[in-house]
Amino acid sequence: MSRRPYIRELSRTGWWLKSPRYIRYMLREMSAAFIGAYVLVLIVGLLRLSQGEAAYQAYLAHATQPAGLVFATFAMLFAVYHTYTWFQVTPKAMPLMFAGKKVPGVIIVAAHWLAFTAVSAVLWLVAGS
Amino acid sequence: MSQRTVELEILRYDPEQDDAPYFQTYTVPYNEDWVVLDAINYIKDELDRTLSYRWSCHMAVCGSCGMVINGEPVLSCHTFLRDYPEKIRVEPLQNFPIERDLVVVIDDFIDKLGSVKPYIVSPEEKDVGDGENLQTPAELARFKQYTACINCLLCYSACPQYAFNESFVGPAALALAHRYNLDSRDVGRAAREDVVASNPGIWECSFVGACSEVCPKSVDPAAAIQQTKIASAGDYFLKFLKPWKRK
Repeated sequence: MSRRPYIRELSRTGWWLKSPRYIRYMLREMSAAFIGAYVLVLIVGLLRLSQGEAAYQAYLAHATQPAGLVFATFAMLFAVYHTYTWFQVTPKAMPLMFAGKKVPGVIIVAAHWLAFTAVSAVLWLVAGS
Repeated sequence: MSQRTVELEILRYDPEQDDAPYFQTYTVPYNEDWVVLDAINYIKDELDRTLSYRWSCHMAVCGSCGMVINGEPVLSCHTFLRDYPEKIRVEPLQNFPIERDLVVVIDDFIDKLGSVKPYIVSPEEKDVGDGENLQTPAELARFKQYTACINCLLCYSACPQYAFNESFVGPAALALAHRYNLDSRDVGRAAREDVVASNPGIWECSFVGACSEVCPKSVDPAAAIQQTKIASAGDYFLKFLKPWKRK
């Protein structure tokens, strides 16, 4: 009897369409591109701010055009998804033991959301409006 | 009561006759409490004795009967026919060469498993007469979930990183390495590091997390790999603080 193992190749471009879990993964990874682009826009904003009020107003006018708002909306949605996925995996990466038992994952995730909300609220109070 | 039937489309491949695998359809009468493995056993016994597949315990312990059923890597002894439509597609595990029909070649995994030293490396040789290596329940709790791995390879079948990167050590082997690293009786962490903390080890993992989702024993290999990454990154920075410890 001869051996002739057959190798089934996965499609390098279409593999992630095979299951919702791979699509979720690709969306999570893609969120980094949107967040990166938003950071670039923010850096340009800081640069314009340093160049005086007229320059900053021109930047704001650009950023609030329909295309800018659509981009900001997508960046926001992806940032929220990015945050959600990060917090979801924290119990995996940072499991906690308390009194010889594992702390349930939901508590670790909830603590992250709580801290995130608290920090956001403080930032809003200090720098908002 | 009339007997219900199910159609199984099974991927067939005979290395002595076929150039490529193809699907063959079988119609199988089944009962409410049958799993997919029962239907495959029925085919083997009653319809087509040439069908090849692996199984042993029929109770989700031996890890032999992993297959891809309707696109999802599962244990066929743990998958009820009643939960599926009347047509079910059965394929061998993805990401492994097909030896014949539903049997895959797992040599690559066996080699990788051995490379992470999946056993307790003791600090010193002990005689049986010296007694047990004691461990508290809290020490056991740190790694117990990782001991549940049955090497069924569903995680490798689900892992796109392993699909495209043959050198990746992979979920089950890295989870077992973590299991022994966490064991209070073990001193083998440094000996495992060359394989585990290398690029083909933990760092090729991009945390898709599919391994943990398909694991039938809730081992959570993705968690083991991320924890190893954190520990390994800690080692890397410690080297700068303790240069005399550098290898």
